[in-house]
Amino acid sequence: MTATVETAARAGVEVRLENLQRRYGAVTALNDFSLTLAPGELVALLGPSGCGKTTALRLLAGLEEADGGRVVIGGQDVTGLPANKRDVGMVFQSYSLFPHMVAWENVAFGLQMRKVGPAERKRRALEVLDLVGLAPVAYRYAVQMSGGQQQRVALARALAIQPKVLLLDEPLSALDAKVRSRLRDEIRRVQLEVGITTLFVTHDQEEALAIADRVGVMNAGHIEQLGPPTEVYTRPASPFVAEFVGLTNRLPGTVSRGEVDVRGARLPLVHSDAAEGNAVALVRPEAVAMTSEGDIGDGPLVGTVIAVAFLGATSRVTVDLGDITVLAQLPTSEAAANPAGTRVKLVLRKDPVLIARDETGTADA
Amino acid sequence: MTAAGYPAVTGVGRPVGGGRRFSLDWIGAVPFLGYMAIFLFLPTVIIVAGAFANDSGFTLENFANLSQPFIVNAIIASVILSAVTAVGGAVLGALFTYAIATGNPRGTFRRAVTSACGVLAQFGGVILAFAFIAFMGPASAIYLYFSTHGLDYYAGGVWLYDLRGLELVYLYFQIPLMVLIFLPAVDGIKPQWREATESLGGGTWHYWRYVAGPLLAPAFLGSTLLLFANSLSAYATAAALINQGGPILPLQISNAITSEVGLHDPGFAKAQAVVLIVIVAIVSVLYAVLQRRTARWLQ
Amino acid sequence: MAAVSRSRRAKLQVFRVVTFVVLGIFFLGPIWSMFEFSTRGVGENAARTLDSWKAIGTYPDLVAGIIASLELAAITSIGILVVLVPTMVWVRLRLPKLRRAIESISLLPLTIPAIVLVVGFSPMYRWMGINLSDSILTLSFAYAILVLPYAYRSLDAGLAAIDVKTLSEAARSLGAGWFTVMWRVIVPNISSALLNAGLLSVALVLGEYTIANNLLYPNLQVEIVTVARSNAGVSIAVAVASLLFAFVLLVALSFVGGRRRQSPKATERLVQTYARDFSGGTR
Repeated sequence: MTATVETAARAGVEVRLENLQRRYGAVTALNDFSLTLAPGELVALLGPSGCGKTTALRLLAGLEEADGGRVVIGGQDVTGLPANKRDVGMVFQSYSLFPHMVAWENVAFGLQMRKVGPAERKRRALEVLDLVGLAPVAYRYAVQMSGGQQQRVALARALAIQPKVLLLDEPLSALDAKVRSRLRDEIRRVQLEVGITTLFVTHDQEEALAIADRVGVMNAGHIEQLGPPTEVYTRPASPFVAEFVGLTNRLPGTVSRGEVDVRGARLPLVHSDAAEGNAVALVRPEAVAMTSEGDIGDGPLVGTVIAVAFLGATSRVTVDLGDITVLAQLPTSEAAANPAGTRVKLVLRKDPVLIARDETGTADA
Repeated sequence: MTAAGYPAVTGVGRPVGGGRRFSLDWIGAVPFLGYMAIFLFLPTVIIVAGAFANDSGFTLENFANLSQPFIVNAIIASVILSAVTAVGGAVLGALFTYAIATGNPRGTFRRAVTSACGVLAQFGGVILAFAFIAFMGPASAIYLYFSTHGLDYYAGGVWLYDLRGLELVYLYFQIPLMVLIFLPAVDGIKPQWREATESLGGGTWHYWRYVAGPLLAPAFLGSTLLLFANSLSAYATAAALINQGGPILPLQISNAITSEVGLHDPGFAKAQAVVLIVIVAIVSVLYAVLQRRTARWLQ
Repeated sequence: MAAVSRSRRAKLQVFRVVTFVVLGIFFLGPIWSMFEFSTRGVGENAARTLDSWKAIGTYPDLVAGIIASLELAAITSIGILVVLVPTMVWVRLRLPKLRRAIESISLLPLTIPAIVLVVGFSPMYRWMGINLSDSILTLSFAYAILVLPYAYRSLDAGLAAIDVKTLSEAARSLGAGWFTVMWRVIVPNISSALLNAGLLSVALVLGEYTIANNLLYPNLQVEIVTVARSNAGVSIAVAVASLLFAFVLLVALSFVGGRRRQSPKATERLVQTYARDFSGGTR
C-alpha cells in the first residue's frame, strides 16, 4: 500500500533531522544521524532493538534532548524547544490513554491544553473519533476497549490537535497479529487522508514495507539504507539490510570475473567490483526455483525436501542439500507437487546478489 | 501432632452422577474453627452483647454513659489526633513516596528504603515512645544542647508527654505506613502519560492538575483513611508516653478495664470498644471503595 | 520515570536529596538516641559505658519478663503452625469450599484493634485465671489470634507454590498415613514459609504490649515500662536489645524468603503486605 497520492493533496510540512548526536553515558545511541521527511510523507524507521530508531523519534518529539545537531520542523528550528511546545502528535506503544478519562475526553485533552472551549473541543474530539471509525466508543474508558481500539483512540488524540508531524513509536507491537495488519492499513489510510508528515518506528519489516513511502533501515545508530520499500527489499544495500528485510539464504560460493559461482550456478553481482575469492552469496527464497521432473542427477544443487510450510498463496520449502539447507518460496501448487522426501534440483534465478565476506555477514567493497 | 486425629477417609469411590455421600471431612476443620470460635468470636460477642446489657438485661445505658464529658472529650481528642496524624502522615508520606518512586526502580537504595519502611511501620508501642524520649525528651542530648544554647523548647511544659507529643511520635509509623500503601499506586503511573501530556501541549502544572492528580487522588484519600484508622486504634505508644489521665479513647478503654471502677461497670468499656470498632469499620469500608477505583486505573 | 529535561531533572534531584536527608534525620535520630542514651556514663563528659546494659541482670522482674516473652514467642509461633498447617492442607485437599471462609476469618484480626480485642479477652482471662491457670503463658492463646493473619498469609503463599493435592495423593498411594504425609511430605516443602511465619510471629509477640498490659501480665514490654520509672538507662538498653533482635529477625526473614529467588519487586511487595497490616496490632 505504498503511496501514489498526488503531492498536491498533501498538506504536511518538511521535517529535517540534522546531524543528531545522542549519548547515554558510554553508549552512543545516535551518531551524526540525518534524515529529511518530505511534506506528507510516511517514513518508517526499521531496525532491531537498540538500533536508535526510538531515540531518533524521541529527539524529534522533544522528549529527550540531543547532545548535538538540529531538529527543524516546517522551516522552524525547534531544537531548544521542550516537547509541549513542538506541536507534534505522538502515539505510544502501550498505555497511551489516560485511564480516568473516556475516549472523547482523551482525544479532547490536547485541545484543552490549547484553551479550546468545552463545547467546541467535545465537538472536534467526536469528529476526529469518527475519522478513525470509533464514534461508537466515544464514552468508553480504556479498560473497556480492545487494544486495537485503544490505539485508534490514541491516534485520534494525536491528530485532534492538528500537529505538524505525526510520530508513532511501535504502535502495533503490543497488539495481536490479526489486529495489527488491519490497524496498520487504517493508520495509513488516515495518514493519507490528512496528509500529515509521519515518522513510524517499528522492528517489524512487514509493517514497514507495507505502509511506508520510504523505509530507513537502521543499525547501531545509523541508517544503512533509505528508500522506497521495493528498493530496500529487492536491492538491499548491505548484507545487514538483506538479512533484516525478508528472508535470505546464505550460500557459500566463489567470486570470479564479476560473478559469483554458487554450487555450479553463476549469478551476477550487485557490486560488480567485489573482490575475488571465497564469499557468501545472499539469495532470496523467491529467487530459488526447483524441479523434480526427469533425471535430476546428483549435482551440488540436488537435495531432498525436508519441510514445507504452507503460507497461503505461497509456501516455503526447506531443501537439504547435504551440507546446507536452502529455503525456497514457491506458489503453493508447485510446492504441493514436491512434498517432503522428494528429491529435487534447485535452479537459482539470475538476480544480482549481495556478497558477504564471512560468517558474521559483514559487507565487503 | 493433631494431624494424627484426622479421619482416615480417603475420598475414593465417589458415586458417579454426584450422589449425596455423607462425608466426615469437615471434622478436619474443627480444631481451627473451634479455636476461632473461642478466642475470636467469643470475645467479639462478649463486647457487643456486653455493650448492650447490664445486670438487668438489655439496655442502652452504657452508651448513654458515654456522653459524660471526659469520654466525649477523649473521643474528640482521639479523632483530632488521628486526623492530624493521618493528614500529616499522608502528606509527608506522599512526598517521601514520590522521592522514592522517582529513583531507580531496581536499585538497592530503593529496596533498602522500602524494607526500612516495612520495619518502621510496625515499630510502634513502647520502644518508639522511649526512642523519642531519648531523642528529644528532657534528658536527651538534643534538649540539653538546645536549652543551654537559648532555645528551651519545653519552656511551656514538656509537651512530649501529652497530645502534641503523640502527634509527632505517631508520624514515625504513619509516614512509613503511607509509603507502603501509596507506593504501588505511584508506581502505577506510567511514564507514557507524562509524555503524552507533553506531546499534547501540557506542562508540569497541567500534568498534575489533569492527569496524575486525579489518578492518584483515590489512592491518596484511601491511604489517608487507613492512616486514620491506624492512629485511632493505637494504644501502646500513648500508654508509654502519657503517664496519667486518659486523653484519648484507647487509654480510656484501658482505664475502664483495668481499674476498680471498671470492674463495677463492665459495660462501660465495652460500649467504648463498640464506638471505636464502628468508626474503624466505617473507615475500612470507605477505603475498600476507593481502593477499587485505584486498582482499576493504576494496575 | 520518563526522561526529563535537564533543569527539571536537577530540580527533582534537589527535592529528593532534601527529602531523604530530612526524613533520614527524623527516622534515624531516635534510634541513634537510644543507643546514645543507653551507653551514657554518670556525670558530665563521662565516657561511654555499658553499665546500663550490664545492669539488666540486676532487675529480676525484667529478666522474668524477658524469659516470659521468649517462652510466649516460642509457644505462640509453634502453636499457630501446629494448628494452621494441617488445617490449611486439609482445606485444600478436602474442603475447598471452606477456603474463602477460612481466609476471611484468618484475616479478620487485622481489622480489629488490639485494644478492642482485649476488652473481650478481659472477662475470659479472669475466668481462666480462677478456673484454669493464671500463668502468663496463657497469653499465647490471645497472641495466636494476633499472629494468625501473618502466619496464614505466609503459609498460603508457601502452599500455593507446591501442588499439595498431587504430593499428598502420591504419598497416600504409596501407603503413607496422614501424619507421615504432613510431617515428611508437606512440611519439608514449605520450610521457608514456615520459617517466615514463625519469625513474624516471634517478632510480633516480643513487641506486644497492649494485651499484656491490659490483662495485667508482666511481659517484656510491660516490664520495660515499669523499669523505666526507676532507671531510664536500663529500660532503654533492653529496648535497644529487643529492637536489634527484631532487626536480626527481619534480616533473617529476607534471606529465608530469598531462597526462592524472588525478584526485588516481589520481595518488596511481600514486605509491604506484611508491614502494612502490622498496624493496629502491637500499637
